[in-house]
This record gives sequence, structure tokens and C-alpha cells, in this order.
Amino acid sequence: MSTNITLLVVMGVLFAVGIYLLLERSLTRVLLGIVVLGNGVNLLILTAGGRRGQAPLYQDGLAAEAYTDPLPQALILTAIVITFAVTAFMLGIIYRSWVISRADVVADDDEDLRVSQQSTFDFEEDSPVPEDTTEFEGEDSAPAGNHPEKGPRA
Amino acid sequence: MIDAPLTAVSFAPLAVALPIFGAALAFILRRKRRTQRLVTIGVLVITLCLEAWMLATVWGGGTYSVTLGGWAPPFGISMVVDGFSAFMLVVSSIVSLAVLLYATSQGMADGDEDGPVSIFHPAYLILVAGVSNAFLAGDLFNLYVGFEILLTASYVLLTLGGTTARIRAGTTYVVVSVASSILFLIAIGMIYAAAGTVNLADLAVKLPDISEGTQTVLHVMLLVAFGIKAAVFPLSFWLPDSYPTAPAPVTAVFAGLLTKVGVYAIIRTETLLFPGNRLSEPLMVVAGLTMLVGILGAVAQTDIKRMLSFTLTSHIGFLIFGVAVGNQLGLGATVYYVAHHIVVQTSLFLVAGLIERRAGTSNIERLGSLAKLSPLLSLLFFIPAMNLGGIPPFSGFLGKLGLVQGGAELGSPVAWVLVGVSLLTSLLTLLAIARVWNKAFWRKAEDATDPDPLLLVGVEAARGATYDIVADEPASRYSDRGNTALLPNGMLAMTAALVLVGVALTVFAGPLFEFSDQVAGQLLERNNYIEAVLGTGQGVR
Repeated sequence: MSTNITLLVVMGVLFAVGIYLLLERSLTRVLLGIVVLGNGVNLLILTAGGRRGQAPLYQDGLAAEAYTDPLPQALILTAIVITFAVTAFMLGIIYRSWVISRADVVADDDEDLRVSQQSTFDFEEDSPVPEDTTEFEGEDSAPAGNHPEKGPRA
Repeated sequence: MIDAPLTAVSFAPLAVALPIFGAALAFILRRKRRTQRLVTIGVLVITLCLEAWMLATVWGGGTYSVTLGGWAPPFGISMVVDGFSAFMLVVSSIVSLAVLLYATSQGMADGDEDGPVSIFHPAYLILVAGVSNAFLAGDLFNLYVGFEILLTASYVLLTLGGTTARIRAGTTYVVVSVASSILFLIAIGMIYAAAGTVNLADLAVKLPDISEGTQTVLHVMLLVAFGIKAAVFPLSFWLPDSYPTAPAPVTAVFAGLLTKVGVYAIIRTETLLFPGNRLSEPLMVVAGLTMLVGILGAVAQTDIKRMLSFTLTSHIGFLIFGVAVGNQLGLGATVYYVAHHIVVQTSLFLVAGLIERRAGTSNIERLGSLAKLSPLLSLLFFIPAMNLGGIPPFSGFLGKLGLVQGGAELGSPVAWVLVGVSLLTSLLTLLAIARVWNKAFWRKAEDATDPDPLLLVGVEAARGATYDIVADEPASRYSDRGNTALLPNGMLAMTAALVLVGVALTVFAGPLFEFSDQVAGQLLERNNYIEAVLGTGQGVR
């Protein structure tokens, strides 16, 4: 299978730029990254179709090998439509995020922060249980002189 | 099989087309709420009947394919119905119907006549269409399209209403999903370049001609793309972050269906395209880590919905374990476990929605007294919770037993470690569940931190009452809800129905296990699939 080296280089650049943008914190840049990546993938599929040939419309007497492979083009068409829909939705989300918080960055998750900051101490489960040294009610449960420092209160 | 006689399977494309047309109709009817509801429910009921008919056709074995548009395979789009896809279709439709009725009941109770939720019904139907398309897809690109349909619908459902929390969660979710879709598309491009086809059956024939190294690259790329969608460790962190903020019915249907479509895709490609368990050991390591990391996350949570999201990712590990084991026992148990997990996880999320309604919060530190306030709710939580924890005789126990047997039959050291990890995970699941039970149901509400006044009114006052009982309590989250039932009967009924489906999975475990064993046999013996699509005599070896 012969491939077009220019297309390969362009594809590589698109992927590099797209991934760089995708890793940004600003949502608009993330969106641009997705758009650029999507185009990179489209080029990849186009390249996968093999070398250029006649338009895939039936002509008498033309060998099957002379046509361009039409399937990748159909796949790309679908992929373009899908990227278009996702882009439109992302723009909607970004605008909404801007309306709500005047911010265009990926926000932290409050609950995540809370869980990461919570102590491992659980009042009900981890409180020291009062040490019971006698089974008889009414007796002093901690006899004098017997490890006074082991009291239940911390 | 182009000239096949007209059977139930010939109508397979309707499982996708009906919900899409239904969605269009529901969108046109967005101002007429009652008609819209009727259309949505009607479409789902018809789809479910059609799928049940398809399942009955393939119950005894047999694989059928339908070619769309008159192009012969492998060029045209084919849809394949075998035991596995028909079973998944039926289970997913039962769950989506139950959740839809739950959501409808919630909407009717809350009187959301002017909310922005008119988009809910169309988006929901599109989601169902996407799920059906993914299950039926006979080629990789159609699978991609199915994923995109369901993901796009899920973006809309997740950000419904556009509140701060949902937009924040939605952003992460959309970007991660898009990234995984791009990876999947790259993999499809590479596969087309290497094999010249995207038809699954055709690929199964042609992939062995490609060099071993290229095959491994393609294999891993597909696994990573599906792994993100199925929330497999280390690609699972987006899930507990984004699911809990959505409305309860949406979270429930996401938890039940979306990740399982990813698991379905993994099982399909592992058995059909890359047979012979070449990546068995790495997959097992990943499965073990998925279970452990997920469940440790669940133990640390105080919010029920977040805790359930973590158990969801954790139990995906069981499914990956079954795939990695790859023998008939393991795969059969996986098929059964997928059904169990869809039903149980969805019912638990529905119960979490009810708890939030009844108690004003889903944070277990603030909950209490629920066992006394609503014994029915406690029962509805208890059964699926024990089921999730794998307590005998429930279906969770049976599925795990099957997986453990499969692992033991394989008998490699890693498989034995995995058997141990899966048992430990079950134990930790029980711990997480027991914490919720102790705090939310058994503890007195007075002992909770800052309980909602809804929990403090007496049992007698709250019975059959509405939110009017806390109308004078500004401390309650629902003090402005007014004359709305605490627990609408419709929501309770649908949750109970789904819990009963879970119990039915236990009661009919015998025939179901027989069926899933036969499905596993079909998956491993690939020729019936290939010959159904490409024609007799085209199979491998």
C-alpha cells in the first residue's frame, strides 16, 4: 500500500497539536483540541483507503483497481457529522459554564476534595470503647490504682 | 443469508429504528406532555416485545444476520442477532422501560409541566436506540456509530437542567468520552489500513493473516478505547466523578447500560477478533486492580450515590475477570453476571433516588431511622444490596461462583490470585453496604449529624403524607415542595418491579445458566457467527 507522505506529516502535526490542546485546562482550548484531533483521525482514515484513483462512480471498462476506495470516504463523512454534533454540544456547555460561573476552566469536584481532606477518624466506629473491667452493675468499673491512664476519654 | 425466510430476526433493525422515530415524534409532541409520555412508553414496550421475540427465536442456539441497504456483506451494514446480543437487548430494554416509568412517575408527582425536561423523553429514546445499535452491530464502524448515538444522548441527559454541578460533571464526562471515541476511531482506521475491512466476521477471517505485532497493537488500541467506556481501571476515574450529579433515573440507566455496552464490545472483540486469550494475564491484572481500587473507593464514600458509582466500577472488574479467564465456564458466568449487574446496580440507584426523596439527602452521615420510617424502602434497598454483596442464594452469589469456578478451572497462579481478590472484593462490598444499612436505616435520626427535618417527624405523621409536613422548616431541603407525595406509588412500584426482576434472575438461574453456557459456547466457536454473516463455508479452519 502506497501512502502520501505529506498527509502523514500533516496528520502527525494535527495529532500533536490536538493532544496538547486537549490537556489544557481552558475549555475552549479543549474543544479546539477535539476539533483538531477529529480532523487528524479523518486524515488517518483517508490514508488507510490507499492510493488515489478514479471517482468511485461506475464506468464501463474500468478495472476495479482503478477506482478510489469509497468506504473510507463514507466513514469520514459520518465521523465529520458526529464531530460536528459534539462540537456544537461542547460549545453549549462552555457557554453555560461561562454564564454560571464566569469561568472557562475545568472545575474541581467539591466532593472529591472533601473526601480527600476527611480524616480517617470516624466518631461512631473509631471512638475508644470504655473499658469494662467488671460485669456487675453498680460496682466501680475502674478500681482505684488500676491503670488510671487507660480512661475512656482521650 | 440474504434470502432468509422472514423471521423475528428480520425485524432486528426496528429495534434501532423504532426508538429513533419515537424520539422524533416525542420531540414534536414536546408541548403535549401526556401524549409525549404515552409515545415514549409505547415505543419502548413495542421494542421490548420485538426483542423478546428475537430472543425466543435464538434461544435454542443459532445466529442470524440482517444486511441493510441491499449491499452484500462484507461491504454493506450487517446486524447480527445471536444469543448474546438478543439477551443483552432484552435485559437492557427491561431496565430502560422500568427506569422510564420511574422517571415518568417522578415527573408526574413533581408536576414538572414547565421545566426544561421536555427534552428528557426524546433523549432517552435516542439513548435506547444507541444501545440497541451497539448490541446489534455487525461491523466495527456501526459499533462506533452506536456508541456515538448513545453517548450524545447521554451528554444531554447528564447535563439536564444545566446546573453548576451538572455542567461541571458533564464537562469531564464529555471530554473523556470524546477522547475514547477518537481512540476507537483511530483503531478503526488502523484496522482498515491493515485488513481492508471493518466487518467483524470478515475481520475474524482476515486478521490471522496480519503479523502478530500489528495484531497486538490493534488489539490493545481497541481494548483501551472500550476500557474507557466500560470504566476499567486505570481508565475509570471519570465515572464516580460524573454519574452521581445527574437526576436519579438518569444515573440509574447510565449505571445499568452504558458501561455494559463497553463490556459487551470487549467480550465481542476478545472472542471473535482476537481468540486464544493472548492478553489473558494483563487483563487479569487489570481486572484485579479494577475490583480493588473501585471497592476501596466505595468504602471511603459517605454519599450513597457516589458509593454506588464506585461499586459499579469495582464490579466491572468481575466481568473483565470472566473475559480474561476466557474458558466456557468463565464466559458463561460473565454473560449471566452482566445481566445480574445491570439489574441490581440500576435498582440500587433507583432506591438511592427514593432515599434522597424521603430523607432530603443521600449523605449517610445525615441519614437515619429509615427502617422505621419506611420499611418498604428498607426492603427494596436490602434485597439488591445483599445481591450486590454476593450473599447466597442471590444471583450475585451464583454469578461470582461461576466466575470463581472458571478461574479455578484455568488454574494459573494469576487466576488463583484473582479468585482471592474477587472474594476480598465481595467482602468489602458487603462492608460498604453494611455501613449504609447501619447508618441510614438502623441508626436513629436523632444521632445523625444535621438530619433533615423530614426524618424527624414521627412515623404516624409522615405516613402517606406530602412535603407539607416540613413546610415550616426552612432547614429542610424540600420545605418548598408543598403538596407532593414523599414516595409516589409509581416510583416505589417500578423500583419493586426491578428488584423482582433481580430476584427472578435468582429463581430462574437454572435455565439462565444453561442459556449463558450455550452463549459462551457460541462465542468461543466463532464459525456460526462468521457463516451467518458471510455465508456457509466461509468459516475459519
